[in-house]
Amino acid sequence: MNRVVQRRAMPVTLTLGLLVAALFLASLLVGPAGLGLGESVTALLTGQAEGEGVVLIMREIRLPRAILGVLVGAVLGLSGAAMQGYLRNPLAEPGLIGVSATAALGAVLALQTGLAAVFVLALPLAALAGAALSVLLILGLAGPRGGALALILAGVAISALAGAGTSLALNLSRNPFAVTEIVYWMMGSLADRSMPHVWLGAPFMLAGMAVLLTLGRGLDALTLGEDAAQAMGVRLGRLRWGLILGTALAVGASVSVAGAVGFVGLVVPHVVRPWVGSVPSRLLPASALGGAAMVLAADVAVRLVAPDQDLKLGVLTALVGAPFFLHLIWQMRQVEA
Amino acid sequence: MQLTELRVRRGQCPVVDGVSLSVAPGEFVGLIGPNGAGKTTLLRAALGLLPYEGHSSLASLPVARRAQSVAFLPQGREIAWPVRVADLVALGRVPHLAGGTSAQDRAAVDLALAQMGLSGFRDRAATELSGGEQARVLIARALAQDTALLLADEPVAGLDPEAQLRCMQVFAGLAGKGRAVVAAIHDLGLAARHCTRLILLDRGRVVADGPPRAVLSPEHLAGVFHVRGHHAETPDGLVFQPTSLLP
Amino acid sequence: MWGFVLRSDFVAKAAALAPWAAAAAVCFTPAFADVPARVVSINLCTDQLAMLLADPGQLVSVTHLAQDPLMSSMVDEAKDYGVNRGQAEQVFLLDPDLVLAGTYTQAATVDLLRGLGIDVLQMPPVTSLAEAADQIRQVGAALGHPARAEAMAQTFETDVTAVQQTGHKASAAFYYANGYTTGQGTLADEVLELTGFSNVGADAGVTGGGILPLERLVLADPQVVVTASPYPGASRSEEILTHPALAALRGQIGAQTDADWVCGTPHLVRAIHRMAAVRATLQDGP
Repeated sequence: MNRVVQRRAMPVTLTLGLLVAALFLASLLVGPAGLGLGESVTALLTGQAEGEGVVLIMREIRLPRAILGVLVGAVLGLSGAAMQGYLRNPLAEPGLIGVSATAALGAVLALQTGLAAVFVLALPLAALAGAALSVLLILGLAGPRGGALALILAGVAISALAGAGTSLALNLSRNPFAVTEIVYWMMGSLADRSMPHVWLGAPFMLAGMAVLLTLGRGLDALTLGEDAAQAMGVRLGRLRWGLILGTALAVGASVSVAGAVGFVGLVVPHVVRPWVGSVPSRLLPASALGGAAMVLAADVAVRLVAPDQDLKLGVLTALVGAPFFLHLIWQMRQVEA
Repeated sequence: MQLTELRVRRGQCPVVDGVSLSVAPGEFVGLIGPNGAGKTTLLRAALGLLPYEGHSSLASLPVARRAQSVAFLPQGREIAWPVRVADLVALGRVPHLAGGTSAQDRAAVDLALAQMGLSGFRDRAATELSGGEQARVLIARALAQDTALLLADEPVAGLDPEAQLRCMQVFAGLAGKGRAVVAAIHDLGLAARHCTRLILLDRGRVVADGPPRAVLSPEHLAGVFHVRGHHAETPDGLVFQPTSLLP
Repeated sequence: MWGFVLRSDFVAKAAALAPWAAAAAVCFTPAFADVPARVVSINLCTDQLAMLLADPGQLVSVTHLAQDPLMSSMVDEAKDYGVNRGQAEQVFLLDPDLVLAGTYTQAATVDLLRGLGIDVLQMPPVTSLAEAADQIRQVGAALGHPARAEAMAQTFETDVTAVQQTGHKASAAFYYANGYTTGQGTLADEVLELTGFSNVGADAGVTGGGILPLERLVLADPQVVVTASPYPGASRSEEILTHPALAALRGQIGAQTDADWVCGTPHLVRAIHRMAAVRATLQDGP
């Protein structure tokens, strides 16, 4: 790389980082309690406030929600960029190809069988297993040689199967609320998350992201195709397993604490790609930041648009993402034509 | 590179059948043969990208060392993303990158771009270039890898005459500086003009191996390619052109 | 919102029931056969009222919910009756003279039953103590035991009046799965008021049932938080009940609603007494 390009990468990372910081702050300040800026910040940082409730709200309700917003968004953006890089397909993302749906199935099964109550890590681990299974399936059904069509079809099939499984498990539950939770698992939500959720999910999410970030160089080389990449010393097998492990850890844990939020991994890499010159290794960290920004923004919007109702996060990301997806398909058709 | 009794099977049928050859520094070897002779398979197997029987000195190297010793230019000219030309050429430095990019890396990239006449294209998106220009960019990537040996599969197919000649001259220049190049080529004329040695492959076997004049003999042309050709010595070097089909 | 079927002897029955009709709060009194011989109930609340008011052998079947200890106050009594799941075909096969249902029972089921020529009496959910007393009377009348019902209703009313608390109101909040609370105009709200509490949900502007964001609950800092016992099986909706913020509310005394709260039956009096006891501990406590 020459110096010009390196200079350009820095402002992107910096800008996105600042954006995430600003949105993090916004997420801390928005909520039904209607707290003022100064009051919120002092309560959060010092633990002193006029009412006991304010500290509680800031530290136990808003803080975990904001932290999870950053983590979940980063995970989704990063895994989307990694999958797209590996599959050399701009339509790949964990939500679209069924990874989130199978992770949700894993989580629901852990909850409904009572396993999660017995062994608290069972929940993220089950979601992780679900995610890993579907990444394996996707790579098997529509690996790098498969075109966009095979990929999307495989994703649709896996999502449908996982969704049906989730609905079945919830319908069979003895708990009357379980049936209504299908929406949560399919659309995701950060409402009323608490610090225990953060401690449960963060280690896996961070570990997964760390693994995915190491794939950068290999993905760069893959730009030239598998033969050239292998000849340049990239171990494709290791790359594939890194992708599976990283995605499973990160997306699995994210789904177990926030449900399946879709389209972030599709939209963010696509938006950010031109800013980093389409180089996969640079796209990875930029997508992580972009994803964090997108989810934080959506979470803030959810609280502004429908403050007293539990509007699901996935609703907003889908409202942005689905038209975007259609636009991408349209573009691809134009290219093929 | 040294290959000994290399055999690659697809199912039962050997696509490459007992090929033994070695390439020394300073050689520009043209690998010629009709379609389906096994040229691509030979190159890929030699690198260890395919399962094979026999021995290949390249494939026996540890992966990282191999990447620093031999550059491969595959036939399929894939460019997955609209990367800048300079970034794409810089991918050739991946085997050498320690942490960040060094002055040496940048110099190698600049040199490769200059050699292929692409200096003006640095900031263009690679996918927006014409097919011929893309091919040149990919060759530049292989050059930037700065290896002792370069294996190229159909590097000049589809390029205009200027680009073809430029590429062949670059390869010949590499050989002249003590490196080695093995290129699978369909264009017999180019191969005859620029290569120091030709290896003729037919149905997975080495039929001839030697200087161009010897390999492009009428018997070989008739037996393997089913054509007749015309040789001529010119001030620019040997010129060869297939002229007519044989019944 | 009342459903009833016009019968040929409606006028005569209406005249006979006139005094009770006058006592009833709103709408028309349904007129049915004197004493329906076979009664099926397909609603949890009418299940319990019917079990309390019917003659032996008159009530043929109640819903499966009547045997759910989390929702029904009369689990043991319910075992003496047949179980139905409220499906029209099942009910039809029981050959009832009268079916007791709720206004939120599946409209398709109710319409189908009426279409098959069966009388269906629909009772709305109770939203006040006065309505509870009225429903006792209405169901009793429909079953052909007006006197029995009147006695029960009067006992209920007396018990309720006896509890009436005056004086300083402590703050309480209902908080159920998904952040659900019952606010103004609900039966639970009236119970709170009766036992000396102010309802945080009602004060926050919730009418009927609605969502109260956790942040507002924390800010309101109620002295008592009333929840429901969790259902078996896991549900993410109930996670909010174990949220650290909720657990940390200062001076929180927990109380739990149970089956007695669900319907407007005389069992509600037990719930009222329990809330009054909680209020009393607050007065005596620090």
